[in-house]
Amino acid sequence: MGSFLEIFDIYLLEAVLNGILLGGVLALLALGLNLIFGVIDVTWICYAELVMIGMYGMYYLVQYYGLSYYVAAPIAILLVAALGALLHFLVIAPLLSSPPINQLLATGGVLFVLQSFATVAFGIDFRNLGIRLPILTLGDMHLSYSRLLAFGAALIGMVVVYLFMTRTFTGTAIRAIAQDRQIMALMGVDAKKIYVVTSALGGALAGLAACLLVLQYDVHPFVGLSFGPITFLICVLGGLGNFVGGFVAAFLFAEIISLGGLFSDLEWGYVLAFAFFILMMFIRPAGLLARRS
Amino acid sequence: MLELKSVDAGYGSFHALFGVNLEVKAGEAVGVIGPNGAGKTTLMRVISGLIRPTKGSIAMQGTNVLTTPAHKIVELGIAHVPENRRLFPRLTVEDNLKMGAYMPAARARYAERLEFVFDLFPRMKERRHQLAGTMSGGEQQMCAIGRALMSDPKLLLLDEPSAGLAPVVVQQVFELVKRIRSGGLTVLIVEQNVQQVLQVVDRAYLLEAGSIRTSGSSAELLASDTIRQAYLGV
Repeated sequence: MGSFLEIFDIYLLEAVLNGILLGGVLALLALGLNLIFGVIDVTWICYAELVMIGMYGMYYLVQYYGLSYYVAAPIAILLVAALGALLHFLVIAPLLSSPPINQLLATGGVLFVLQSFATVAFGIDFRNLGIRLPILTLGDMHLSYSRLLAFGAALIGMVVVYLFMTRTFTGTAIRAIAQDRQIMALMGVDAKKIYVVTSALGGALAGLAACLLVLQYDVHPFVGLSFGPITFLICVLGGLGNFVGGFVAAFLFAEIISLGGLFSDLEWGYVLAFAFFILMMFIRPAGLLARRS
Repeated sequence: MLELKSVDAGYGSFHALFGVNLEVKAGEAVGVIGPNGAGKTTLMRVISGLIRPTKGSIAMQGTNVLTTPAHKIVELGIAHVPENRRLFPRLTVEDNLKMGAYMPAARARYAERLEFVFDLFPRMKERRHQLAGTMSGGEQQMCAIGRALMSDPKLLLLDEPSAGLAPVVVQQVFELVKRIRSGGLTVLIVEQNVQQVLQVVDRAYLLEAGSIRTSGSSAELLASDTIRQAYLGV
């Protein structure tokens, strides 16, 4: 009996750690989406598809052009950042004063456009970088380096965004515009410029997530579906536009998936996480850390 | 310094201003008084570019304000303290002040301007890390004025600085306006608090139903029967 508990605890610890590692990347994805929603008041339904394009970018830069991972990553991040700015110019900016449902439908349309584009341009084969990172063995626990790297990079990415948002004039304006849109001109702020910067930043975060996810998952045109919906649930659970809420919700979700997967299949972890989400929508519909207004 | 000529303005089909002529000379403090809904706030918003007039012209030191993009008007030296203060409630006092220094020229002198505002409002220095929305109304008004002063403006627009404040605090706000003026800043102030504002300004315009009804020096207006009966209750 004693030895059974010992083994059980090691698995439990491993699952908890893996949950934390997963949470880091989910938090990064949620931050990007929350940033766009908080500042521009628009939901990018196609957010995970930007990640998908970034993953293909990594695949071609590494496998086709033979660049090293660390050279390819900044290029892919810039590429998706530019894509984010382009999405704002072409789709969001003309619809800024339209009803939210039109904006949702438009970005939803972009989702299908990007999926179809990827299918036509890249084919439906599953592709990967061909990089296999070793597994770290700690006692009886096994943690993959790709997850550790992803967690570390996601954390660094979030710290950089935090510093940008708190230390710079542009970052402060990004936080301010979410609180009072109309008077920004009185501060000498060109709101249109802030929107483009924010869109590029949101794109850059999707690009970073792409660089990290491509180490763990194969790329295919529909890969966005594996983490797009869960990113939305995390943002809604944390309160759309609430950065801290999204961060907390990401780790909560990741732990539920990871621990749920421990007792049964990984799919059951997802079932539990979604059931938890539905339950929380009844209890705290405005999000975990909703402000009382 | 600032000159408005036959300005018409409104929101959609609603007309708020009709042929307003108004002038503010350098170094003056000028008041605009009038009842609720007279168009006072619209007048301020037209000057700072938040809404654009349908007719007329506005010039700041010879520069056409109407062809200047709204976010560039602050660079002409016009700082607007909006009605109800409009601070960013979930930013700290210091971040609010930082937003006031957003334009490039002010950004370069941020530390110097911050010191100037902290000298003027020592209270703001104490509360620099507090969220602006958690302060009292009077403190928020100080912060809003401080934010406008961060850009080192030539002309300060104050829209109802006394609104919603306790009488004691209203006194303090008007004392403050006196101090700001004595530093050489030109001030255009909109108020319903006629008695108080006429103590602070050199001249004032009476705005009623979107038109300038009369204007004159503070002493003349305080003595005028129209003003005394309608606004001073004597």
